[in-house]
Amino acid sequence: MSELLRFSGVSRHFGGVQALSEVSLSISRGELYGLIGPNGAGKTTLFNVLTGLIPPSSGEILFDGQPVHGLPPHRILERGIARTFQNIRLFPGLTALENVMIGRHARTHAGLLGAILRNRRTRNEEAAIRARAAQLLEHVGIARHAQALAGNLSYGDQRRLEIARALASDPRLLALDEPAAGMNPAERDSLARLIRQLRDEFQLTVLIIEHDVRLMMALCDRMAVLDFGEKITEDVPDRVRVHPRVIRAYLGGGEA
Amino acid sequence: MRRRQRSAWIAGTLLAIGLACLPLLLQIGLGRSWVRIADLALLYTLLALGLNIVVGYAGLLDLGYIAFYAVGAYVYALLDSPQFGLHWPLWAVLPLGAASAALFGVLLGAPTLRLRGDYLAIVTLGFGEIIRIFLNNLNAPVNITNGPQGISLIDPLHFGTISLAAPHRLAGLTLSPPLQYYYLFLACVLVVVFIALRLQDSRIGRAWAAIREDELAAAASGIPVRNVKLLAFAMGATFGGLAGGLFAGFQGFISPESFNLMESVMVLCMIVLGGMGHVPGVILGAVLLTVLPEALRMLGDWQLNHLGRVVADPDDLRMLLFGLALIAMMLFRPAGMLPSPRHRREWRKDARP
Repeated sequence: MSELLRFSGVSRHFGGVQALSEVSLSISRGELYGLIGPNGAGKTTLFNVLTGLIPPSSGEILFDGQPVHGLPPHRILERGIARTFQNIRLFPGLTALENVMIGRHARTHAGLLGAILRNRRTRNEEAAIRARAAQLLEHVGIARHAQALAGNLSYGDQRRLEIARALASDPRLLALDEPAAGMNPAERDSLARLIRQLRDEFQLTVLIIEHDVRLMMALCDRMAVLDFGEKITEDVPDRVRVHPRVIRAYLGGGEA
Repeated sequence: MRRRQRSAWIAGTLLAIGLACLPLLLQIGLGRSWVRIADLALLYTLLALGLNIVVGYAGLLDLGYIAFYAVGAYVYALLDSPQFGLHWPLWAVLPLGAASAALFGVLLGAPTLRLRGDYLAIVTLGFGEIIRIFLNNLNAPVNITNGPQGISLIDPLHFGTISLAAPHRLAGLTLSPPLQYYYLFLACVLVVVFIALRLQDSRIGRAWAAIREDELAAAASGIPVRNVKLLAFAMGATFGGLAGGLFAGFQGFISPESFNLMESVMVLCMIVLGGMGHVPGVILGAVLLTVLPEALRMLGDWQLNHLGRVVADPDDLRMLLFGLALIAMMLFRPAGMLPSPRHRREWRKDARP
């Protein structure tokens, strides 16, 4: 498998706090790659650095061989990295369908003139955006809520909507920040199925942060463990499970 | 579907006839001064529709909006008055005024891109004041704006040799100047309404809505936040500049005092009262807030006729009633008088702060 994403020596500090220190990792095409670690280990910071919301203090991020560190968020999305947020960030006052349509922005072109004249090209594009958004809502299983306001959806449906919005940008890498947070076991299982199914259908590479270790062990091909901003290990779940530093830092003695 | 289309056509035709006849009825029923008030209402509608793009669509609280009105007005005044002895044609001056305002919109937008909410409001408020003070002081060392005295004898709006300030006869009807202004302003309002509606329901409009709802999520969803915000500022300012040019040619005289903070606040009130982000609501707000204060002026005459003397100064009374109306609105219709259907749903259903 060829490499899609590489972090080399990526650091980020906030004042004196070292949120990420010299993190290096490598994710292959088509992988389901997990990122685990205790609270405050730097997982979300890594996501923010990856998606351009925070520039790294030092280090390099290569996506498909091209450097993406330091680019603004919308450029990184254009390159094919889309994400969801730990504390869901939808556009609550817009409908579910509109949320997904906005996710299509980076792949469409109509500008001011097109909007005002509404020529054939613009009309066709709008129709395509709408159709694609509806199709994605179908895919994540919330098509019946297309016209509901995003803010009024149930928690689990909001999580699904966020995934649909991310998919609308035709990403190659989908980064999910705690997608199963606040879900019950049944919802978690169905989410895990959805993630696998999406990976296969859209030929995605998935980077996923999650606290539910059991879910992650079952879901991921490989995983990295962060602790205090440092990568402890990067390996297949079975070996991560028995890694002594991981057990000490995160899983606790009883788990192994 | 076809039936709905037909009823839309009928409603549109009736509306067009109504709007065309309105000033004639006003002139006959209430006198010519009311046609002038209708003209002003249309100018304020233009302003409110422009500000609505910035505040209602993109959610950027702008308290210095009147500065763009001032820019448009001064461009017209400088190029069409004895001030420099220039008398440019309308088709050149109005677009130039609108374009200058758009440029100022971008100039204001660029440094404030990182600001939101209260902070943005304070900076834009300062910007509005800076423009006004500039216009006030730009009479020395080189006299450009004539300072606080303002610019007078501005050419009335004109098409070639046809001046709208002189009455014209058309098909047996005498069109007084206020009537002619009315139809010109109405045409401008219709164009701007059309543009505003089209923009709202477009890829650009969705990008504005995304920024209004959650700027960070918008950026992460691929919206180039900087450009899209600047576009909102520029579009809003364009309409403001257009209204300013029309105002200068309509009024014949402008001075920096016409563009003070109160005016910015007034236009914002129109939007908030009418229904932020909803074009029909914004129009209703603009018309009501222009007409209501004028109508309340009549309270003085009423007191004189019925009580024999003026008990309460009509001007004070006017502001009192105005304030009460605002408070009542906020209590009973917090989303505005004519909120967008979506906004209404939001206020009713969800308990978000």
